[in-house]
Order: sequence, then C-alpha cells, then structure tokens
Amino acid sequence: MSAISVKNIIKTYGKKKQKVTALNDISFDVNEGEIFGIIGPDGAGKTSLFRILTTLLLADSGSATVDGLDVIKDLKEIRKKVGYMPGRFSLYQDLTVEENLQFFATIFNTSINENYELIKDIYVQIEPFKNRRAGKLSGGMKQKLALSCALIHRPSVLFLDEPTTGVDAVSRKEFWEMLKGLKAQGITILVSTPYMDEARLCDKVLLLQKGKVLSINTPDGVIKDFENPLMAVKAKGMLPLLEKIKAMDIVKDAYPFGEYHHVVMKKEENVEQLKSNLTKADLKEFEIKRVEADIEDCFIQLMKEE
Amino acid sequence: MRTLRFLLQKEFRQIFRDPSIIRLIFIMPIIQLMILPWAADYEIKNIKLSVVDKDHSDYSRQLISKITSTGYFQLAVYTNSYPEALQQVEKGNADLVMEIPASFEKELVKEDQATLFLAMNAIDGVKANLGSAYLRSIIQDFNREVRLEWIQFPRFSPETQIEITSSNWFNPLMNYKYFMVPGILVILLTMIGVNLTAINIVREKEIGTIEQINVTPVKKFHFILGKLIPFWLIGLLVLTIGLTIAWLAYGIIPVGSFVTIYIFAAIFLLAVLGLGLLVSTYAENQQQAMLVSFFIMMIFILLGGLYTSIDGMPEWAKWITRFNPVAYFIEVMRMVVLKGSGLADIKKHLLIMFGFAVVLNSWAILNYRKRS
Repeated sequence: MSAISVKNIIKTYGKKKQKVTALNDISFDVNEGEIFGIIGPDGAGKTSLFRILTTLLLADSGSATVDGLDVIKDLKEIRKKVGYMPGRFSLYQDLTVEENLQFFATIFNTSINENYELIKDIYVQIEPFKNRRAGKLSGGMKQKLALSCALIHRPSVLFLDEPTTGVDAVSRKEFWEMLKGLKAQGITILVSTPYMDEARLCDKVLLLQKGKVLSINTPDGVIKDFENPLMAVKAKGMLPLLEKIKAMDIVKDAYPFGEYHHVVMKKEENVEQLKSNLTKADLKEFEIKRVEADIEDCFIQLMKEE
Repeated sequence: MRTLRFLLQKEFRQIFRDPSIIRLIFIMPIIQLMILPWAADYEIKNIKLSVVDKDHSDYSRQLISKITSTGYFQLAVYTNSYPEALQQVEKGNADLVMEIPASFEKELVKEDQATLFLAMNAIDGVKANLGSAYLRSIIQDFNREVRLEWIQFPRFSPETQIEITSSNWFNPLMNYKYFMVPGILVILLTMIGVNLTAINIVREKEIGTIEQINVTPVKKFHFILGKLIPFWLIGLLVLTIGLTIAWLAYGIIPVGSFVTIYIFAAIFLLAVLGLGLLVSTYAENQQQAMLVSFFIMMIFILLGGLYTSIDGMPEWAKWITRFNPVAYFIEVMRMVVLKGSGLADIKKHLLIMFGFAVVLNSWAILNYRKRS
C-alpha cells in the first residue's frame, strides 16, 4: 500500500477571467517510509498540493489518499495521523519553546514523554532554550521547534513545505540528516523544496512546474534520463561567450551554471566540434570539460521541453 | 475537556504576555469613564450673563442679585450700553443679554407693568434655550415677590390659578452622570468584546498558527470556546472595574441589584463575543477586522440610545435599534441602576439577548471552516 496516493488532482484559483491553474492533473504515489521530494520553483503549486493533502484545501477534482485514508471523507482521521510543517513559521511566538511543544502534544491527545524518543535528537538541540519564547529563536531553532511540534504525536506521514527556505547551509545539512533519522523510524516524508541540490537527498523526486508534473523518478533516474552530452565552459568575458555558444547550431541549449556555462550538445560528435570551435576563437583563460548532468540540468531541460 | 483546558491555558498565557492588552483592559475603562461623562453633560451651569442696567434702581439690583444667586448664572458684564453688551457676546464673554430699561422700577410701581429685554446667543442652541427658560422662571418668581410686596392678597385667590410644577422620577436632581455613566460602561464592554475577539482570531490567521491548529484533531467547538471564555471573563472584569469607578468617582450605586446587572452582562457578552467571532471568520487580516468592527461600533453607539433617545427616533430607525444588542443593554443598565428593575422587569430583554447570543455564535461556528 502506498502512503500517499494522488490521482488526477486539479486545483484552480480565481474567477473565470483571471483563472490560475495551480495544479493541473497531478498523479503520483509515495511508498511507505520514503523521502519523497517535490522540486519546483516558486509558484509551481507545491503549497497547494500540501494543503490539499493535509485536508486544508479542497481540490476541484481528483482524489487523494494519505495512509490509505481519503482526504475528503476521512479528514478527521487524517488529521490525527499526519504532521504538517508549513513553509512559514506558524507556532505561537509568545509562548515558550516548551509551552509550544506541550500545547501541540495536548491537542493531539498525547504528552511530550510519550513520544520523546522520536523527537529526542532534534529537541535536545533546542532544549537549553526551552524557556525562551518561540518568537525570539533564531531561524534554524524555529525550524527545529516546528519539526518537533509536527512530530510530537508520532505521525505516520510528515508533510514539510519548504522546510529549508531561508535557512543557512549548515542548518540545511543538519536538517536533512534529521530527516534521514526519521525515515529510519519508518515515517513517510513528503518534502518540497526549491533547491535542486536537495533533490539528491530524496529517495524519489517529482519535478513540478506551473502545476504540471515534469518527471517522477529517483534522483539517479532523473539524471539518467538526461541523454545529451553536457559540457562546462569558462573563459574571460562570460556574457559574449554565452552568446557565441548559443549562436552555434550544434548546441541545443546553453545557460550560466555557477562559474561555468553549461552547454547541452545535440549529439555526441558535437562535443569535439565545440571544443575546436572555441579553441579557434582564441579566448583568454579558456577552459572546457565534460561534466555529468545534475538535477538542475535535468530540470532546466524538462522545463524547456514543455 | 483536557484539550479545552489547554486551549484556555494557552490563551490566557498569550493574553497576559501581551502588555498592550493588559493596558487596554485596565486603562481604557478608567479613561473613558473619567472623561466622557463630564463632556457629555447636558446640564447647564455657569451661563454668562451680561446685564445692561439703565435703571440702576433698587428693583433692578434686586433682580440681578436674585438671578446670580441661583448658581446657574454668572454676571459676566455689567454695563449700561446695549452695543457694548452685544460686543461681549460676540467675543464669547457672555451668552445672554438682559436689558433693564431706564424706567423699569417707576413703571413697575406706577403702571403695574414693566418690560425687560432678553437676547441670547443661539450659536449654542441648548444653552440659549435652557438659559432663557431658567431666566424667565426666575423673572416670574421675582414678579410674584414684587406683587406680594404691593398687593395684599385675599386669603383665597379670586381667580383660579393653575400652576404646573414637576418633579423628576428616578433621577430627581437630573444628574446627567447618572444617566451617562451606565451607558458608557456598556459601550466599553461592547468595544472590548467585539474588537478583542475579532482581532485575536484574525491575528492567528495572519501569523499562520490557525493553519497549524486546523491540521490537528481539535474540534471547532473547542477552539471557539477556547477563544470565547477568556474574553468573556475579561469582559466581566472590565464591568467590575467600571462599576467600581462609577461608585468611587460618581457615587453611583445601582438602585437595583448587581446580580441582575451581571446576569444580563454575561449574556450580553456572549452575544458581542459571538459578533466578534463572526467578524473574524469573514476578515482576512487585522485591518479588515478593525474596519468592520469600527463600522459596527459606530452604528451600535449612534443607534444605541446613549446620546439620543430611541423613542425620539423615526420609526425605521427604531426598527434598526431592535437589532442592536447595545441598545438593549443600555436600557437595562439604566433600568437597573436608576429604577431598580429586577430580573422580572427585564425578562423580555434577557430573552432577546439570549437569542442574539445563540444566533451570532452559531453563525460564527458554522462559518468557521477548518478547510477552504
């Protein structure tokens, strides 16, 4: 049985004239105990999807189940079983760390002690500040507290909506370590993120763009689907270089990527052509190398194919 | 029950940690009750009188001292030229001009009648009307004294005389504060009830905490009760503070029983808290909630009979006041404080208020959706 099953979900906002389709016929399945990543830029429809699955929003059509329960019919059961951490910090800022945790434990009809094992690793990090008001915590601490509150009732499915947005690199890394720990405890995790580098850390990813599914695969699978040869090019004067490369008809696509330009070739034999073309151009500090595609390259390609 | 207890605990913690709410609860009633009753005072005292005395006779002096000894009038200007007196009115130094003609005493003695001239500044209409009425009755009184001095009245008056005297019931001295303070207290309670609840829930919407609550198994009913009870208690606390101030500052002790006031206030608070909840279920942010509750408050106050008597309103406006919980409470407060009405006398009001409470709260609960 899959932990989450979504079938043909459609959600639109607004009236006739300015109708915006947030989710356009989305279907996917998440297996139990998986970390499933929803990757997409802002406005892709990630939050709408989360709100539908956490029973906060009604879809226009389609059906979805969470832990085998229907999101429309069995909403009361679902609310007991899922943990939800919204993208925005939404705990009581004027209550202390401990009071927040206790409050959420109580409304889920449990106590901190009962499920302390589950949150221990996360909570010990904020325990020294347990008498501080939540509003006075740093960003990373707030996020740990929010995660603790979402876990306090031992949910079977955990929904994390952009948990790492606005969090520093070290905390992000820590956070993903925590998710791995939770996965080991058998909790299914649905996590959304706009950061492509985090996609690699998921068991499976769904690439979402403008409410449409571009691809559902394992991170490796997504990369494997990227068939064209990929080159990284660097030289002095990056902007003219990019224009020059884009003008070549052996090039399928080229875009800035960190300190390099990534160049997607149409065919394997184009690689040598590009090399010789650019060497001829007599560029300063010129550098070219073959690279492996990563999720971001795949995403850019999928987006452009749409 | 355990959930509700924790919801209440959380709510109280939040309230007591917000210093601005505490200030609002304690300082607002004190300021309103200390200032407003003095400003909204229709009783006229210290009317500034300007006298143009062209007679300088015994009688004119007697008349003037009689007028000023009442306490209502202050002799502001004493002159013998009318234009000068009028100038003082224009400058705002006098409200009324009384001109005593040169032959006042002579005519009074010889011709049995004399004329006086009164002119009032009608810019302040209430003052002008009441002032001239007071003055006229003083002059009449003076007239009688003069007649007594000159004419030996027969034991029985040869002609029938009907004199109308009146006495005020319930507020014999017509102390306007007795009338205003209970009304202002009602407005205060309404403001706290509607605004605090409306803004409190909308703030949870704004911060996003309501979203977090909505994904939990908390029942709508519990959540709303958790919001209602704290503000209900705060409302009763404010009422107590208000009644204490009314007693300490104005010496107002209800003729009726405090129990009657508290019973009605308890139900009234339920109704206005329900209204606050209702506003909060529709409003998306604090601005909307504020504007809507401000609008409702304006109507409640202006059509509540605080300043203007409802009985004096046109029929259609009377109909609107029937849907105004504040109007009922102001009436009940005045009934209990001034007349000493008991529960039996306000039975109808109680029932109607109970109806308001049920309708507004059920509407709010129905309209509060955990999912959109």
